[in-house]
Amino acid sequence: MKNPYIPYQVNIIDAWYEAPGDRCIKTFKVTFADEKVWDTWSHKPGNCAMVGIPGVGESMFCISSSPTEKGYLRFSIMKAGKNTSALHELEAGDSFFIRGPLGNNFPLDEWKGKNIVTIGGGIGQAPLRPVIQWIRDNRADYGELELIYGARTSQDHCFKTEFEEIGSSDDCECHLSIDVEEEEWPHFVGFVPSLLMEVAPKPDNAIAVTCGPPVMINFVLQNLEKLGFTPDQVYTTLENRMKCGIGKCGRCNVGHLYVCKDGPVFSYAQLKEIPEAFA
Amino acid sequence: MALKKLSKEKVGEALAELSKFRLIAPAKSDDVVVFKQISDPAEAYLEYGNSTVPPKKFAFPQTETLFRFVTGSPDLTAKNVEEEGTTVIFGLRPCDARAMAIVDKLFSWDFDDPYYLKRRELTTLVGMACVEPPSVNCFCTSLGGSPFGTEGLDLLLTDMGDYYLVEALTDKGEKLEETLSSQLEDAPADDEKKAKDMAAASEGKIRRSINTEGIPEKLPDLWENGLWKKVSAACLGCGICTFLCPTCHCFDIQDEVEESGEGRRCRMWDSCMFEEYTVHASGHNPRPTRKERTRNRINHKYSYYPAHFDVIACVGCGRCINLCPVNIDILEILDQVVDA
Repeated sequence: MKNPYIPYQVNIIDAWYEAPGDRCIKTFKVTFADEKVWDTWSHKPGNCAMVGIPGVGESMFCISSSPTEKGYLRFSIMKAGKNTSALHELEAGDSFFIRGPLGNNFPLDEWKGKNIVTIGGGIGQAPLRPVIQWIRDNRADYGELELIYGARTSQDHCFKTEFEEIGSSDDCECHLSIDVEEEEWPHFVGFVPSLLMEVAPKPDNAIAVTCGPPVMINFVLQNLEKLGFTPDQVYTTLENRMKCGIGKCGRCNVGHLYVCKDGPVFSYAQLKEIPEAFA
Repeated sequence: MALKKLSKEKVGEALAELSKFRLIAPAKSDDVVVFKQISDPAEAYLEYGNSTVPPKKFAFPQTETLFRFVTGSPDLTAKNVEEEGTTVIFGLRPCDARAMAIVDKLFSWDFDDPYYLKRRELTTLVGMACVEPPSVNCFCTSLGGSPFGTEGLDLLLTDMGDYYLVEALTDKGEKLEETLSSQLEDAPADDEKKAKDMAAASEGKIRRSINTEGIPEKLPDLWENGLWKKVSAACLGCGICTFLCPTCHCFDIQDEVEESGEGRRCRMWDSCMFEEYTVHASGHNPRPTRKERTRNRINHKYSYYPAHFDVIACVGCGRCINLCPVNIDILEILDQVVDA
């Protein structure tokens, strides 16, 4: 029996900043120090892991790479507290520890044959990235793919080179925004929920997935309803303070659901029944 | 299973026999009774009502090491619970044993918790029936328990005056009876009936009650009800209701490092009544005041836990009522839920 509290060591293959500033975002590309772990490791888009350093702590992050990307895992982490500050000190060649995969995943099998629209804001693109990558690596299984993504400024945009590549490819539509005007910004200016109304994806045979700051999600959900999406066509992820990651330590619940174990992926239909979901 | 008896004169001898295991028994500590490891039978204090602190820490320690590490080294050494050895908790009350049976469900839910489950596997629970309800605030019978309840127990003792009636309830209980074969005798034939009558008499003396029917289903509908603000208004957020609750199982995980670089990751009891329990790294707190935290405590016990495990996470021991510094009474809260 694997002890669920003992983390695996991972070695950093590459590390780079996605966004600068006080709450900068750094992406780590890692592989298991013990290569044998790959034989039993299996994750799906949406799954998370507890990421940390013994002596500092652990926090929960989504695995921001798709299982179709072989030989590494990715984590994109915003500097916010003690643990993330320590992680941000690390570079290629350094190590940290992860426990996982934890949580549920996006029901990508159920979504086969459907059109998918992702709506992301800021670091909220991290859990959407594996969904997009999965669909692009299984392109024939899905209908149209449309990406809507915004951040405060162009500098705060995560995964810039990937968005550029996606934007110039013909396998999906890509719509970007920033909150306030900047010189030479060729795309939409305004908040993500407004960009969503501008793009106005059709709800027929479609699934919308949204991740981002709570205030954005709130307006995106309202706007998706205006566009005709029913709550069971809309998915999001939740986050809360976590310690065990396996549904025992108690704190991450929204109503009777544990975000660590029953989530992080929830349909809007599920969350409408939980008054605490957007607290 | 034939009932046995343990003469009170032989209790010391029996406890001496059991002290070859890690023996936990109620003992006086200043003004209160607590469960502790004893090596001298004279330390055991069996004429007690109920312990102030439940014996849950012997399954779920207040602080325990998950693994040890040296900063910068890849090697992590998990705590080996087996080293703690076979444990006998002697003389715990039926409500506290039932609480362990309830918490077992959580620690084996989807992910087995190796520390807790190994410790439970190594532990034998010897209960002491409540011939008299130990507290005016006992309400075990409202939650499906009884002063003579056997759920979670391996062996039940009943104080018959000069001796304890001994009933083995599980294989572990029978094994323990074998260990004590020199101290145990056959019980009088009519003791089984006598004990039944005593149980009924004790149940009849329980003064407090709540009809729990419908509460788990009703609670989610009362989310925005004004009662939560009212019932939490006096709360100091001290957390004693959760620390002394035999079913509360929430924990924190923290790392400790010595100057040498040697450290341990450990878990320790935490409380949903504390602000830090849910606060995000961003500073946002989804349960910002004691209103939200009290609402979560009651919902967790009386709605979420039954939704997952089909049992309310409260055994009616009355500790949270007896020991709250501002007299918040869970039964009064539940009465308001029923009336709302």
